[in-house]
Amino acid sequence: MSEVYDIIVVGGGPAGLAAGIYGSRSRLKTAILTKGKPGGQAATTQELENYPGFSRGTTGPALMESMAQHASSFGTEILREEAVELDLGGEIKLIRTRSKKEYRSRTVILAPGAEPRSLNIKGEHSLKGKGVSFCATCDADFFEDLDVVVVGNGDAAIEEAMYLTKFAETVTIIVIHDEGVLDCNKASAERAFDNPKIKWVWNSVLDEIKGDGLVESVMVKNIKTGELAEMATNGVFFFVGSVPKTDLLKGKVELDEQGYIVTNDLMETSVAGVYAAGDVRAKYLRQVITAASDGAIAAVAIEKYLVEEDSFRERVLEAPSLVMVAFWSPQNGASIEVISMLEQLASQYKDLRLVKMDTYRNQRVAGRYGIKEIPNVLFFKNGAEMARITGQCSRADVVDLINLFI
Amino acid sequence: MVELSKENFEQEVLKADGLVMVDFWSQKCEPCKELSPILDEMAERNAGKAKFCSLDITNNKRLAISQKVLGLPTIIFYQNGEMVAAFSKDISVEDVEVKLNELA
Repeated sequence: MSEVYDIIVVGGGPAGLAAGIYGSRSRLKTAILTKGKPGGQAATTQELENYPGFSRGTTGPALMESMAQHASSFGTEILREEAVELDLGGEIKLIRTRSKKEYRSRTVILAPGAEPRSLNIKGEHSLKGKGVSFCATCDADFFEDLDVVVVGNGDAAIEEAMYLTKFAETVTIIVIHDEGVLDCNKASAERAFDNPKIKWVWNSVLDEIKGDGLVESVMVKNIKTGELAEMATNGVFFFVGSVPKTDLLKGKVELDEQGYIVTNDLMETSVAGVYAAGDVRAKYLRQVITAASDGAIAAVAIEKYLVEEDSFRERVLEAPSLVMVAFWSPQNGASIEVISMLEQLASQYKDLRLVKMDTYRNQRVAGRYGIKEIPNVLFFKNGAEMARITGQCSRADVVDLINLFI
Repeated sequence: MVELSKENFEQEVLKADGLVMVDFWSQKCEPCKELSPILDEMAERNAGKAKFCSLDITNNKRLAISQKVLGLPTIIFYQNGEMVAAFSKDISVEDVEVKLNELA
């Protein structure tokens, strides 16, 4: 049997690397499975200047490289493995990889990220790699002294367009909005407007990409007038948002309508012990900093989860005696009275133990046993629940059950 | 993998008999670097079925464009110097392997 990790992170972008740093620093046995080099989408973004502490001149690949080194330095294992099958339901999660290895872990952080969205317009697929591109750092070199078109106007589109001006003769940005309106941040917009190599086409979308073997022109449609115009170009770069890489996860954890993983504030997914972080998560802002933040939260939440699980197993499921688990809350007077009655009883029997569970601090355990109201007293013997008393709880009832099971 | 350049491309690919696979890549292309170890394994598994080559486009842009390559990663199969199949962008090595066995 292979060893069991505390945390396995699927995905080596900033979310996964931050989780690695936090997990390893908490002395949890942590591995990151990453298909290629760590860094995710950020490693294909040349211009990266809004990560706090790293100003202009920082590149995506350099920042990701140093995050990866940071994680390794605390003991995170970064493994070049592509997860192809996940079995997340059990207490030990199984991850099978393309190399036919099987990894076992007590918890999993899903951080596979997102990939660029395609528009599925005519010519887009047939001319991929022949002038149609989704990755400026990959392909910018080809377009030295040539003309290219950028579709999109968010942060990625405008920043990558700026990067392309270092190579291309002209960069024409097709914007769906009215003149002067961009979805990107103001700083990038101002610099783009000042860049003499950037040209703008407003109120327009791309209708078709034409070319025989290589891209030769695009058909641009004005959405106000409906007019179509042909424009000669050598390349077309798409930056029109992203889609989550969750095909592998369908039916395994809850996804929203767009396929993003639904989590709570602790990054917990719909499956116990399974967390999600980064661009793959349904959330408001998808940036390196929020990905790193998700990763940190997930790793810290996991540390608490593992402590809770260990403690419950040790004190309740593996206890040699009869155990009364009392769910209570400091705000609930009736539950406090029950606790003091149980404490008194527990001291009278040699083979009886009392475990108190504050329902606020132990929401997961409470949820697992379907605790909807308190007080609630569960009797465990040899790891199995024997009986429970919900709500009103008299000393006589408890004594009856103790005598029955002890 | 045979490393190609503008000096040997003609000899190794266009004038070569039989099946040749060329992986077009560059240092700046992260997806290419993700692909390359998987591609190496595939080539090893299928040794003898084709000549496996790679071309770093960094100093060979014109050559790449002459082969109608204007985006990375791209994999092209040549049969007796003629282009017979091409894969670009989200390349699945499984698909490449199927094509290789079809052509071999």
